[in-house]
Amino acid sequence: MSASTPDISIKLARQEAWNRPPVIEPEGEGELLELAMGPHHPSTHGVFRMDVLLDGERVIKLKPVFGYLHRNHEKIAEGSSYLASMPYTDRLDYFCSLTNNWAYALAVEKLVGQQVPERAEYLRVILAELTRIQNHASTIGFLLQEMGASGTPLMYAFREREKILDLFESLTGSRMMCNYMRFGGCRVDASPAWLETARKIVKELPAFVDEFENFLRTNEIVMARAQGMGVLPPELAVNAGITGPMLRASGVNYDIRKVDHYGIYDRFKFRVPLGDHYDIYDRYMVRMLEIRESIGILEQALKDIPAGPVMDPKAKIRGFRPKPGESYGRIEGPKGELGFYLISDGSPNPYRYRVRPPSLINLTVLEDMCLGHNVADVVLIFGSVDIVLGEVDR
Amino acid sequence: MKTVEEIKTAIEAAVPGAKVDVLTNPAPNAQHSLLVGRAMAASVATFLRDDAELALDFLSNVTGVDWPDKEIAEKIKVPKQVTKTVDGVEQTVEEMVEETRKRVEPGYLEVVYHLYSIAKKHGPVVMRLRTANRGEQADLPSMTPIWRSAEFQEREVFDLFGVVFKGHPDLRRILMWDEFKDFPMRKDYVEPDDFEYEPTAHDEVLARAKAHQAAAGSGITPEETSR
Repeated sequence: MSASTPDISIKLARQEAWNRPPVIEPEGEGELLELAMGPHHPSTHGVFRMDVLLDGERVIKLKPVFGYLHRNHEKIAEGSSYLASMPYTDRLDYFCSLTNNWAYALAVEKLVGQQVPERAEYLRVILAELTRIQNHASTIGFLLQEMGASGTPLMYAFREREKILDLFESLTGSRMMCNYMRFGGCRVDASPAWLETARKIVKELPAFVDEFENFLRTNEIVMARAQGMGVLPPELAVNAGITGPMLRASGVNYDIRKVDHYGIYDRFKFRVPLGDHYDIYDRYMVRMLEIRESIGILEQALKDIPAGPVMDPKAKIRGFRPKPGESYGRIEGPKGELGFYLISDGSPNPYRYRVRPPSLINLTVLEDMCLGHNVADVVLIFGSVDIVLGEVDR
Repeated sequence: MKTVEEIKTAIEAAVPGAKVDVLTNPAPNAQHSLLVGRAMAASVATFLRDDAELALDFLSNVTGVDWPDKEIAEKIKVPKQVTKTVDGVEQTVEEMVEETRKRVEPGYLEVVYHLYSIAKKHGPVVMRLRTANRGEQADLPSMTPIWRSAEFQEREVFDLFGVVFKGHPDLRRILMWDEFKDFPMRKDYVEPDDFEYEPTAHDEVLARAKAHQAAAGSGITPEETSR
């Protein structure tokens, strides 16, 4: 445990409201400082503000402020056809456009009862796991950047990310705004040469993870600043709807790939890494181990991928009007549970289109994790949540 | 996992006075939902979370839906006195005449909660709450004391739909700015002509200056007129 663990002066003033952030009394007679971290603070990864109340260096209150990037994605989607929203989902979490595509396609496929061909399911898994690897690698890179390792780990992560983005570009035509999946399959087929390149890149990935971990796992600064910091107990994590690596770092075994078996995830062998100290270091290690598990899934999927069509020939593209009804489709995105909730009234546009943004909901406990810590550690705790503002504000 | 009907029976047995209806979903996924009455919603939600068999400890998604007032035109056959010429004699006869009548079905705001169980790994159970109307009585009990994950999502529903959640610890606008007046996700929301317009402190200063000038008459000071 590091020296800056919250001290015992934290008074749980409202015991009955156990899932609320505790009220911390200021010590001594010094003045309190109100600090607006953001919206242009470099550690906020975009335009996001934290209104922090400080007693000396200690955080005694923290209120996140959102909305700087709000463009009412949901209203725009309700005014356009189902397919027209597909490229717009890329812009939610612009690090993981392919998983966004998949979640949306899944919700629509559930709404109309659409089947997906075998080869398309394999391609979806391959692309989703590649997305997860590049997202986790860059998250760790950013986290270390905020710890003071200025640039170097991030460049290592981005070197690998660039290889994966090259793969995306050669398949979908775009590095980040892929717009690849369709209701009932995928847009274009992957050539044998593409699959061969993917196999080659996946084969090299474990060496990168080893190298990355070798530098960081026992690094003194990483251990001093990340261990015992920003602890999130499992009961609160479940109650606050935290999902993804954050939840698993709090020791809760819940991976939607294992629970829902959406797509063809029941065919692959992989383990779910869990944390046991519930701190920043656990979140970092869970992501590191998830990269290794994703590499395992990729090896299996690239070995087994069958030949065949990538689009259901019976899938309706023109005049797509789902019958009245509703559906909620969710996937295990790199940041957490990404869900789409759709209500159809039989018209070409959705009557209601809702995105369940993991980035926004994972910030619910930001105040709880930061209270009692020094202001410099807020940056680290925030970095360990892994958010993208395009998805928080929508 | 229990079916929606079984959950309904379990709720009615455990929470006396709870009003629960099953809404069927015609889509192939068959995610049916439970429409829970406002009055006992908090007790029903606590039961859903704490019941050993259901154990719905994870509130995943909170969605607001706007259902505006619906005008329904119906064709009804109505008896009517009609003057007719029968056999050369004018007579008043009662006849069934088709008439179009319009009635307005009052609208409401709906909040949909998607519940899962992390302990039992099942779900979703879809719970719906409806407000009395879309005007002054657009309030619902908050689920935030029961599931913390509703905190930001209910703020968002309040911000974009105008549902007031009673018992929410911190109900403020979350995505729009605090001074914003309307609810943009409602179906009858009219977009402003000028998106860029926003009242600024500068406008206030100008207005004050104008008022000052009006009070001072022509704007010329008395010393200047005497000269």
